[in-house]
Amino acid sequence: MESSKVIHAFYTDDEILLDAVKAVKAEHHHIEEVFCPFPVHGLDKAMGLAPTKLAITAFMYGITGLAVAIWMTNYMMIQDWPQDIGGKPSFSWVENMPAFVPIMFELTVFFAAHLMVITFYMRSRIWPFKEAENPDPRTTDDHFLMEIPVHNNEEELTSLLSKTGAVEINVVDKH
Amino acid sequence: MSHYEASIREPLVLGDKSYHDITEDIAKPIEGKANKNWYMAFYISLAAMLWGFGCIFYTVGTGIGVWGLNKNIGWAWDITNFVWWVGIGHAGTLISAVLLLFRQKWRMAINRSAEAMTIFAVFQAGLFPIIHMGRPWNAYWVLPIPNQFGPLWVNFNSPLLWDVFAISTYLSVSLVFWWTGLLPDFAMIRDRAVKPFQKKIYALLSFGWSGRAKDWQRFEEVSLVLAGLATPLVLSVHTIVSMDFATSINPGWHSTIFPPYFVAGAIFSGFAMVQTLLGIMRKVTNMEDYITRMHVEYMNIVIILTGGIVAVAYATEFFIAWYTGSPYENYTYLSVGAATGPYAWAFYSLLFFNILTPQILWFKKVRRSFIWSFIISIFINIGMWFERFDIIAIVLSKGHLPSTWWRFEPTFVDVGIFIGTIGFFFVLFLLYARTFPVIAQAEVKTILKSSGEFYKKRSEQGIPTKPAIVVLNVENGKENSDKNLNG
Repeated sequence: MESSKVIHAFYTDDEILLDAVKAVKAEHHHIEEVFCPFPVHGLDKAMGLAPTKLAITAFMYGITGLAVAIWMTNYMMIQDWPQDIGGKPSFSWVENMPAFVPIMFELTVFFAAHLMVITFYMRSRIWPFKEAENPDPRTTDDHFLMEIPVHNNEEELTSLLSKTGAVEINVVDKH
Repeated sequence: MSHYEASIREPLVLGDKSYHDITEDIAKPIEGKANKNWYMAFYISLAAMLWGFGCIFYTVGTGIGVWGLNKNIGWAWDITNFVWWVGIGHAGTLISAVLLLFRQKWRMAINRSAEAMTIFAVFQAGLFPIIHMGRPWNAYWVLPIPNQFGPLWVNFNSPLLWDVFAISTYLSVSLVFWWTGLLPDFAMIRDRAVKPFQKKIYALLSFGWSGRAKDWQRFEEVSLVLAGLATPLVLSVHTIVSMDFATSINPGWHSTIFPPYFVAGAIFSGFAMVQTLLGIMRKVTNMEDYITRMHVEYMNIVIILTGGIVAVAYATEFFIAWYTGSPYENYTYLSVGAATGPYAWAFYSLLFFNILTPQILWFKKVRRSFIWSFIISIFINIGMWFERFDIIAIVLSKGHLPSTWWRFEPTFVDVGIFIGTIGFFFVLFLLYARTFPVIAQAEVKTILKSSGEFYKKRSEQGIPTKPAIVVLNVENGKENSDKNLNG
C-alpha cells in the first residue's frame, strides 16, 4: 500500500518550481509528474523528459500528403480521364505538374498539420469527453504541482520539499 | 532565468498583476453577465444575419437572376465579398504563425481574437462561392470523389479548384491551431467554474487538458510546427485567390503582380479588421491592460507597411496600363479610362480609402491613438472592399467589343446578402467574446515576468523576478521566511 502514496508539492512561481525540480532530481528522487498552468521553459530538460518527436512525425505526414496529391492528380487527370483543357492536353503528369503545384502544396500542409495534431491528442490523451486528470484545480490557474511517489521516505521528501519553496505539501493515496 | 528584457521595450501587460490576476481578468467576461450594449449589438447583428439568410433563400429559390449580374458582369458583389472576407481572414493566422516564428511577444494579447476573426471571416467567404453555384446542394461536386457521372473528376488545372483546396486547408488548419491553443484556457475556465452545467461544457471543450510537463512540451512543439506550416499556407491562400483572376485572359486581371499584391492587401485589410474589432473588444471586456497602445501601434506599423506595398502595386498597375498603349488596357481598374469613366467614383474611393488615409499613420500621435486607429481601420475596410469591387466590376464592365459594355447595378438582394454576412460575422464574434477566453492567458502568463509593467519596473531596480523562498513548516503549518535564500 505504501507504494501507491504520492506527495503533492505546490508552488506558485515558475522559477522556484524549476529550482525545486533540479533540487529534487539532485537528490535522486523520481518526479512522477509536474502539472503547470503554463509552459515553463527548461522544465522538460530539468525533469529529464526525452525531446518530443512530433516534428518528425509532421515531416513524415507531410511527405505522405505530397505523395497522395501526386497520386491523386496523376490518377484523376492523366490515367482515369485525360482531358484536353484549353488546348493543353493531359497526357503526361510531368508536363502537367506545374498546374498541380498548388494542390501538392495544400495537401502536404493539410496532412502534416492535421495528422500531427491528431497524433499529439492521442499521445497526450486529450479528446472530447476525456476527463481531466490534474489533481488540483489550481494547477490551471497559478499553482504548479509536483508529484513524487513515496517509498517509505515520506519524512525525507517532505523536509526536502519544504526547503525548496513549496507553499503546500500533501501526502495523498493515489488510486 | 531569461526573464530579462531591455527596459527600452514598453511593457505588454500593464498594472501590478500576478498570475492569478490574469486568470481573473480573462475569466471575468465569461463568468459575468452581458451588459445592455452587448445585447443591443447582438440583436442588431442577428437581425442583419436573418435578413441576409432571407436574401440567400430568395436567391436559391428564385435563381441568381435576382442579383444585379448581367451577361458581361457575371461576377460582382458576390466575388467581391468573397475576396474581401478571405482577405480579412488573413490577419489571424499571420499574427499567430508568422509572428510566432519571429518571436514577437505582442502577438499573445491579440492572437486568440485575430484567429477567431479569421475563422469567422472564412465562414463568410465560403458562403459566396457556394451560393453563387445557384444549386448549393451540389457544392460537394467540387470535391474529388467518385461520382455517378462516369469517371468524371474535378479539374486540377483550374484555379477555382485550387481555391477549394487552399481555403478548406486554411480554414481547417486555422481551426485546429486555434482550438489547440484554447485547450489550456478552456481548462482554466473549467477548473474554476462553479455552475455544474458550465463546468461540463468547458470540460468537454477543454478535451480533458491536464497541463502535464510532457503535454506542455508537446504543445509548444506542435505550436511551433503548426506556425511553420501555416506561414506558407497563409501566403498561399491569397496567392491562389489572386490566381482566380491572374490566370484568366482579361486585361486588368491577367497580371503577374497579383499574387504578392493580393497577399499584402489581405494582410492590410486583415489587420484593419483586427483593429476595428479589438478597438471595441478591449473596452467591452475590460482588456485595456492587455491590449495596449503598444499593440495598436505595432499593428498600425504592419498596416503602413502592407498598405505601402499595395500602393506601389496600384502605381505599377496604373503605369503599365498607360505604358502598354493598348486600348484594352485602358479600362483596367487602375487606368486613365477608369479614372474618367462611369466608375470614377469607385476609382477615387479606392485611392482615398486605401492609399491616402493610411498615410496619416506615419504620425506617431495618430498611430498610438485608439480612436484614430479605429476610424482609419474602418476606412481601410471600406477601401479594401472597393479594391475588389473595382478589380471585378470595372474590368468586366468594358469588354473587348463596345457592344459588350455594360454596367453593374446591385439589387437589394446583393446588398442584403453582404449585410447578412456582416451580421453573421458579428453574431459569431459577439458569442465568442462572451464564451471563449479572448486572450491566450496561458501564453500571456509566460511573458508576464519579462514584459509585464510590474516586473519590468522591478528588474530596472535590480530586484530579481524570483520571489523569496518561504520555508514551509510542515509540523504546525506555520511559515518561516528565510530571506537568505533570496537570490
